Amino acid sequence: MNPKIIHNDGTLLIAGGRVIDPSSGIDREMDVLLQNGRVAELAAPGVLEVSARDTFNAKGCVVAPGFVDLHVHLREPGQSHKETIATGTAAAAAGGFTSVCAMPNTSPVNDSVEITRWMQAPERDAVVRLFPIAAATVGSQGEKLTSFAALQNAGAVAISDDGRPILDDKLMRDALRAAAKLNIAVVQHAEDSRLTAGCSMNLGPTSFRLGLRGMPNAAESDIVRRDIALARQTKAHIHVAHISTAEAMDAVRQAKKAGIGATAEVTPHHFTLIDENIGEFDTHYKMNPPLRSAADRDAMIAGILDGTIDAIATDHAPHAFHEKQVEFERAAMGIIGLETALPIAITVLHHHFKVPLWRIVELLSSGPARVFGLEGLGTLAPGAHADVTIFDAAQKWTHDASQSKSKSHNTPYDGWSFTGCVVATVVAGKIVYGG
Amino acid sequence: MNPHPRSLRGTDQLTVDEIEAILKLARRMDPKRPPQLLRGKRVVLLFYESSTRTRTSFEFAAKALGATTTLISATSSSIEKGESLIDTGWTVTALGADVIVMRHPNSGAPYLLSRFVPVPVINAGDGLHQHPSQALLDALTITNHKKRLKGLRVVIVGDVFHSRVARSNAYLLSKFGAEVIFCGPPDLVPDISATIAPGVAACHDLDAALHDADVVMSLRIQKERLAGKQISLEDYIGKFQVTPQRMKLAKPDAIVMHPGPIVRGLELASEVADGPQSRMHEQVANGVKTRMAILATVLKAAR
Repeated sequence: MNPKIIHNDGTLLIAGGRVIDPSSGIDREMDVLLQNGRVAELAAPGVLEVSARDTFNAKGCVVAPGFVDLHVHLREPGQSHKETIATGTAAAAAGGFTSVCAMPNTSPVNDSVEITRWMQAPERDAVVRLFPIAAATVGSQGEKLTSFAALQNAGAVAISDDGRPILDDKLMRDALRAAAKLNIAVVQHAEDSRLTAGCSMNLGPTSFRLGLRGMPNAAESDIVRRDIALARQTKAHIHVAHISTAEAMDAVRQAKKAGIGATAEVTPHHFTLIDENIGEFDTHYKMNPPLRSAADRDAMIAGILDGTIDAIATDHAPHAFHEKQVEFERAAMGIIGLETALPIAITVLHHHFKVPLWRIVELLSSGPARVFGLEGLGTLAPGAHADVTIFDAAQKWTHDASQSKSKSHNTPYDGWSFTGCVVATVVAGKIVYGG
Repeated sequence: MNPHPRSLRGTDQLTVDEIEAILKLARRMDPKRPPQLLRGKRVVLLFYESSTRTRTSFEFAAKALGATTTLISATSSSIEKGESLIDTGWTVTALGADVIVMRHPNSGAPYLLSRFVPVPVINAGDGLHQHPSQALLDALTITNHKKRLKGLRVVIVGDVFHSRVARSNAYLLSKFGAEVIFCGPPDLVPDISATIAPGVAACHDLDAALHDADVVMSLRIQKERLAGKQISLEDYIGKFQVTPQRMKLAKPDAIVMHPGPIVRGLELASEVADGPQSRMHEQVANGVKTRMAILATVLKAAR
């Protein structure tokens, strides 16, 4: 066969890499041709030819659908001292994420069409695709539902009062019912805050040792079970944010078997770290949900292996230095995570727990795209958006948090050695990182 | 930055040798005829929480050794203007503090401060976490009456969950091979409390725990902390008050201790508090000696 020579602006040929596209079952060496913002064609190596200028040599690399992060905090509007949409999405690009879904706990809360549109405006200088998640209740106050239809029309891809869990049964039922009509997911940060008042970490031997009040697993799993029961009644889609306990994992597993619309994401920290890692009050290990026991961490791995987990999400939560360098109980909850998600997944899941690479790619691309129904994303099928993540699964490197693209550097992984790094990130056919 | 190597943050971080050295020095300390070991030294008492005996005890100890002391309390300083702990620490150090003695309502606060100041930090009680100088003075009191800590049965009865004294004592006693029994209702003595150190057990039956006890440490019960718990005040008194009758279950030469302040008639019957087995006044007196030894050790001024 003669090589097909293509000359066109807006063309990029990613050549010589190992293509892993779980949505179409591909895992072999192929060239990927992107044209006019779409995936044009996948072909055996060398079949497609474009000018050298338009060719990206991906030899030795994995070529994957662009990663989708279902859970980030970009802090705009209102908290730009922590992060902006521009800096947060730059960190996303550096981490291989071509789409991020931004939680509404901004200031003010994103409970309106105006803020939802403002976040997506070109003036925000987003480097990757940004999908707002809108608040479920006005001001996330847990009283009056927002207008889901209007928010969806404005671009919101899911509904959530993240960080302000909906505890009231009737309100949650109403939210799920309204969401079901629109085929939009309700995302719940599952925490019965009546059981966690004054708590700053997981309940267990470490919390007793440190004299810190601990959150019991039941505070998460009770709400997850309640939400699943309501999702079943309302035929809605409940998405469990940052699942962290063995009991909640089991509830989602059973729900899926029963055909209930329940999905779940797990963060890299919950499948890597445990509460003991807090050591002597290190606030870089303080987040919510908290790091749990080793048994819970193992349950996260089991859920990743058996398919209970749909997505790896970072819960990227930037905070300024002065918000973390305080007494543990007063420190802000959360860590940044966009630039370390893939390296941790490869180092911990692939090399340590023997999770196949295709499963990791699935959890970062087609899995999350399916959870929020993001059309043409998380796949390299011809016609899909030309979003591609190119990574080296064998490259060893050491993380230097001060080099992060994020405005904040609150991470427990500073100085960690990883295997696997992002080589280039392509959004709509354009290289936005690396290359 | 690494904490100052002689910071005293918790008893879990002390070796047996270090503890013995402090106790040995404490026994030699006479508050009436003190050696002027700390002449010219500046001791800052940084108190974010009210305290009578610990603060006074550290102040007397420092002054007895010839140091000057300054009290900075949360209500009369820039702390209430919103200054961060680290900034306060830098300020105090820049003013010439040689050591910071710190009481704070948040667990771990001395760990944070000690990572940012170049002088030693002495933990005078942090949240629910630790109160190492209390555990050291308790060890001094016990060893005044018992030959050795090894093999002793020490019952710590009361609100263990909220007690920094219980935690610091458990670490220290465990290092010396004593048997520690935490005793109280499950809400106040959760089963996970037994995981804190080797040789520690949790027990919800005071009569069983007191059997053959060498030392009974009673802890203060704060009435408001029983609110919403499964046990009522009356029930608590009935089941867990240390009474003369119950003390008969312990060894005849058992001693009774309490870190104070006591709520008479709640955790402890007055007959026991004022009885012949009580060592509470001795504990307070030992507090000054122990804190003299701690300050001398931390400032490396022991002769």
